Amino acid sequence: MKSNGHYPTESLKCWNKAKEIRLKYYEDFAKAHERGGLRWGGGAWALDAVVAGLGADVHLMTTEPYSASVAFNKQLSARCLEAAESKGYARDLCAYVRNYIGSILINEYAFGGPFPHLDFIFQEQLCCSQAKWYQVVSELEGGVPMFCVDLSVGPYRDLTESRLQYLVDQMQEGIEWLEKTTKRKFDDEKMFEAIHHECRSTSTWAEICCLNKVTPAPLDEKSMHSLYVLATLDKARKVVADFYEEVRDEVKDRVARGIAGVASERCRVITDTQPPWGFLSLYRYLESYGCVSVGSLYVFGLEGNFEVKPDGTWGARTTPQQKGIVFKDRAEALRVYADWNLSRPQWQHFYDPQLKTEMLLRIAKEWNLNGVILHYNRGCEGLSVGIAENRLGLIKAGIPVMTYEGNMADERDFDEPRARARVDTFMESLGLDRLTTAAHA
Amino acid sequence: MITAGIDMGAKTTKAVILQDGKVLGRGLAMTGFEQKEAAEQAFSKALEQAGLAQNEIGRVFATGVGRQAAPYATNNVTEIAAAAKGSLFLNPKLRTVIDVGAEEGRAIKCTEAGKVADFAVNEKCAAGAGSFVEAMSRALELPLEKMGEMSLRSNNAVPMNAQCTVFAESEVVSLVHAKTPKEDIVRAIHDAIANRIVSMARRVGVQEVVGLIGGVALNAGFIDSLRRCLEVESVWVPPEPEYVGAIGAAVAAAEAA
Repeated sequence: MKSNGHYPTESLKCWNKAKEIRLKYYEDFAKAHERGGLRWGGGAWALDAVVAGLGADVHLMTTEPYSASVAFNKQLSARCLEAAESKGYARDLCAYVRNYIGSILINEYAFGGPFPHLDFIFQEQLCCSQAKWYQVVSELEGGVPMFCVDLSVGPYRDLTESRLQYLVDQMQEGIEWLEKTTKRKFDDEKMFEAIHHECRSTSTWAEICCLNKVTPAPLDEKSMHSLYVLATLDKARKVVADFYEEVRDEVKDRVARGIAGVASERCRVITDTQPPWGFLSLYRYLESYGCVSVGSLYVFGLEGNFEVKPDGTWGARTTPQQKGIVFKDRAEALRVYADWNLSRPQWQHFYDPQLKTEMLLRIAKEWNLNGVILHYNRGCEGLSVGIAENRLGLIKAGIPVMTYEGNMADERDFDEPRARARVDTFMESLGLDRLTTAAHA
Repeated sequence: MITAGIDMGAKTTKAVILQDGKVLGRGLAMTGFEQKEAAEQAFSKALEQAGLAQNEIGRVFATGVGRQAAPYATNNVTEIAAAAKGSLFLNPKLRTVIDVGAEEGRAIKCTEAGKVADFAVNEKCAAGAGSFVEAMSRALELPLEKMGEMSLRSNNAVPMNAQCTVFAESEVVSLVHAKTPKEDIVRAIHDAIANRIVSMARRVGVQEVVGLIGGVALNAGFIDSLRRCLEVESVWVPPEPEYVGAIGAAVAAAEAA
């Protein structure tokens, strides 16, 4: 344990395991064919518990986290973006799309070797870019079979029976398509198990996020990026669900012992959407003021599943298992699964920016924030829409807001010195000077 | 206590000597590549005008994009805080400060106490900054200092759609070929930059009295465009508006006493 500020801090014990799981995931995907398995592609919101019914040797690679990994490697990303743009894909398209397409075009896998080609695509459509993304990928990969589930049934609070059934029907059809396409027998029991794992993963992650309500926050956002990512990769696998329970126990222990993510915590903020992945040092710069980002709506709500508890605050959503639900048949399991997914926080504001403002206000209050940092993210239309309205809503509620322009996966759209200059001004307006300890020099 | 402020701007470096609410001396030098040398020159000029020696200055604060490299300074403040402090020092009634320098345009909402309540800054783009006007003056082959006077001669609003310096330049060339009078083109340029600045100002909320500072505040044509875009009777501009950031730094140094 060490302390270079007000609070004691220590490294996360689960850190190395998180890295191992992540690397094994990408390795398993690349080597799936060597083991007689299959490779499939879909987004980070893929309905992977459904595909799990084909067997454990059918490996998914979710494309947004993969593209974020490409973006983190600036030289590889530059080559990918250049390849995509040379092929005619416009620069204002989703930066994840361009990195992913570029990786196919230059035939380089971010984790070594040639790009591992897909056997099929089982994609969901909510974000406008996702709708087109996999159609292009299918074409580029020589006509890879693709099935898409349209999730855009409106916000969860307005969910009706017919909207839920619309999604269930598509998944039923998707299962038939999977059997026909892969020539494999679909196993309902495997899917039931995967649904339980997914609910456990996403509920436990929400529980971990809620543990950050205390001061000092046991985790900082930058560290959370390395943990939440596992749910974006493989949330329906046992290894991820089990891992999150380990993380939760460790974070609970940190809370009990007063262990801080950042020893110098004296100001708490959150961000909203993806950060510029190649410039995560921006979080360390915030810390040089004693300012800790204790999370983001993105880190919390992209995969975490929350519900309003009896005291009116956000807590982890109660899983079907915790409710004692045992699936009797495919239809029932798919209904529960559809309902679970449709309540994801990050899906809500695709329909109305006001819903994002409401969630940000809730987090600001419950996580005891001093301010909010909003990213006008030119690389992601879906999650950036309405940010100007979010800003107004927060300011109206008396919450200080800083905005900056950037791009989560195209470094050409991000100006680091200017972003830091904004942080300087924002911190100054919050009454904070830079800390002068060697740790922050 | 006698204090000093050094504003290390992108194009020019300014220094101001302040005592008991009075500016005793000012100095300006082109920033160029040698920032430290520019600061020394500006500071020497300010000292000379004030009739003081360096050891008579109690505290020096720096501001501006190059503030970390400022010699003599014991501390620094951001450009935005300096702009707010300097402006309210000169006119306590100001609530909205628009600062247009060579590299950046900024809109600042100020509290009565001279603190920053909210701010907006132009992004990775010169279209909301003085370098935009400078680039257009080159395209028009018109000296920069003549732009303001020329613009005021125009009575026609010519739309200029481009928000980017590169595209605006080609639009200027098209207007020249279309035989558009030069004064109308210059006014269009000022209207374009004013529109961009005003949209930033509206983001933080325009509250009168509105002040304009920074090097571009020396351009009478731009002031007129800004007033029209803001739909206000007048825009307050201090004498020697390019020194306000340095004044703000000197005020911050005095407050720290």
